[in-house]
Amino acid sequence: MEKLISKYFVTGKTFGMDEYLADGGYEAARKAFEGFDPKGLIEEVKKSNLRGLGGAGFPAGMKWSFIPQNTGKPVYLVVNADEGEPGTFKDKYILNHVPHLLIEGMIIAAYANQVHKAYVYIRGEYVGPHRTLVRAVEEAYAKGFLGKDIFGKGYALDIVVHRGAGAYICGEETGLLESLEGKKGFPRLKPPFPAVVGLFNCPTVINNVETLSYLRFILERGADWFSKLGSEKNGGMRLFSVSGHVKKPGVYELPLGIPLKDIIYDHADGIRDDRKLKAVVPGGLSAAILTPDEIEVGMDFDQLRAKKTMAGSAGVIVMDETTCMLKALLVTMRFYAHESCGQCSPCREGTSWVYRILKRISKGRGRSQDIKNLLDICSFMGGTTICALADGAAMPLRSYPEKFKEEFEHHIQNGKCDSPDCPIAEDLVTA
Amino acid sequence: MIETVFKPEIKKQAEAIMARYETKRASILEILRLVQESCGYVSTEAEEAVAELLEIPAIDVHEVVTFYTLFYRKPKCKTRLNVCRTLTCALAGGDRILDHLEKKHGLRPGEAREDGSVSLQTVECLGACEIAPMMQLNDSEYIGPLTPEKIDQVLERK
Repeated sequence: MEKLISKYFVTGKTFGMDEYLADGGYEAARKAFEGFDPKGLIEEVKKSNLRGLGGAGFPAGMKWSFIPQNTGKPVYLVVNADEGEPGTFKDKYILNHVPHLLIEGMIIAAYANQVHKAYVYIRGEYVGPHRTLVRAVEEAYAKGFLGKDIFGKGYALDIVVHRGAGAYICGEETGLLESLEGKKGFPRLKPPFPAVVGLFNCPTVINNVETLSYLRFILERGADWFSKLGSEKNGGMRLFSVSGHVKKPGVYELPLGIPLKDIIYDHADGIRDDRKLKAVVPGGLSAAILTPDEIEVGMDFDQLRAKKTMAGSAGVIVMDETTCMLKALLVTMRFYAHESCGQCSPCREGTSWVYRILKRISKGRGRSQDIKNLLDICSFMGGTTICALADGAAMPLRSYPEKFKEEFEHHIQNGKCDSPDCPIAEDLVTA
Repeated sequence: MIETVFKPEIKKQAEAIMARYETKRASILEILRLVQESCGYVSTEAEEAVAELLEIPAIDVHEVVTFYTLFYRKPKCKTRLNVCRTLTCALAGGDRILDHLEKKHGLRPGEAREDGSVSLQTVECLGACEIAPMMQLNDSEYIGPLTPEKIDQVLERK
């Protein structure tokens, strides 16, 4: 199968400006200026069915079409490189191996939305990727691909690379904007949406690294070609981060809609030690888990939603038959309890309450009403908060005891299960 | 106050950073990072100096420093291990790594050696699940897949 972005993922190598140019780099950005007016470019991206690959899956071209161009205020482009959804590590590969692909995508997106200043918000822990991107931006300025007169077309674009400082919530787009304005990352109440009132109260386009990195290919070979690579209304390919109990963890670029089964068994080479599959997280930690009888599902935004889970960030975490599901859920919910920003009560209280209940069960002090209580907490956390973090906690929280009811009941009654990970190490519970 | 934190050379760097942003305040994360790099950590005095530089209330700076996890509020150890504890690393035996750190090296999460040489923290997903279980060393290098032997090597390296 042909690779687009991931053909550049050569171990230990970064494609610098010269190598990127030798491979046809920046021709697509040039073509955007020569072949399209901004409206036509948005139409082309709409036609490609490119979806937002950060996690929400919102059609990229449609998002762009919401930007008002007549407010008298500047329009900003903000790139979300705050890759933090557990199980997801693909943007790091783009930044490490082919940062110019992102910059070229940013130029295209900037022209389509008439942006003259763009920010890349990169997570603070990504020290190496940050350094690589900064160097690439400098190279692009030196070539005249950024700055006052890019490609000699009289169009100005500046890029500022900005580092976060360790907060999952800043991956939420309005938390990111608050953070970029110099505040703690409390998500904003919507509407107004960032397209209308975004960074510094100006219209703002926010796109993920991977979404922008596909623009070059759409311009090179056309929207129709790109759209046909994927499934219905889910254009193109995407980078699946596969981890957990598989033989070959890594990033796999595959068409949208590919069966989950193929990703696990054909691409990641199956389960370690040829054990049996027990459960899979299909789209980052915030997605509901799937069981082995559900892995025929096509991995696109719409098919996974129909299965009551989500494509999310395409972080696939595989668990084999030895996994203690109580431990997996405990670790999962500890994450949300730690990362809740504390702004909304249902999330702040709910995530830490759930964590306390699960800790108690893991210590052999489960109570018969615990499962019902966990599911009740899900109901009040979901849909009651400013941002989707609580929904992202509620979705896996509901799926574990629903799909592994007997195992949870067994834990409550007996204090432990037969998994080698059980009883759960004291370190893990107290940390 | 401001002069002790922002010595002339640092002040120059701070001004260059501030110039990239629409507002002074927007530069705060990068300014705090600059302060941390030059002073080793962000003290209360440094927070006040940043507030003065950015012309915002000191409480706003304090709020930012305490909201994000990458700022040190006291002097940091020479060797800092940030071991990931999220799902993929946990599935890959991350707790056995923590167990080894405690039993062999006497290091518990959230604690540091009294001589200030080594500290251990557990952290949430660092975006490197393909090398689970993993850790970040000294806020920079990613190391994984971790084994007890690899941990021993890293601690002998310093």
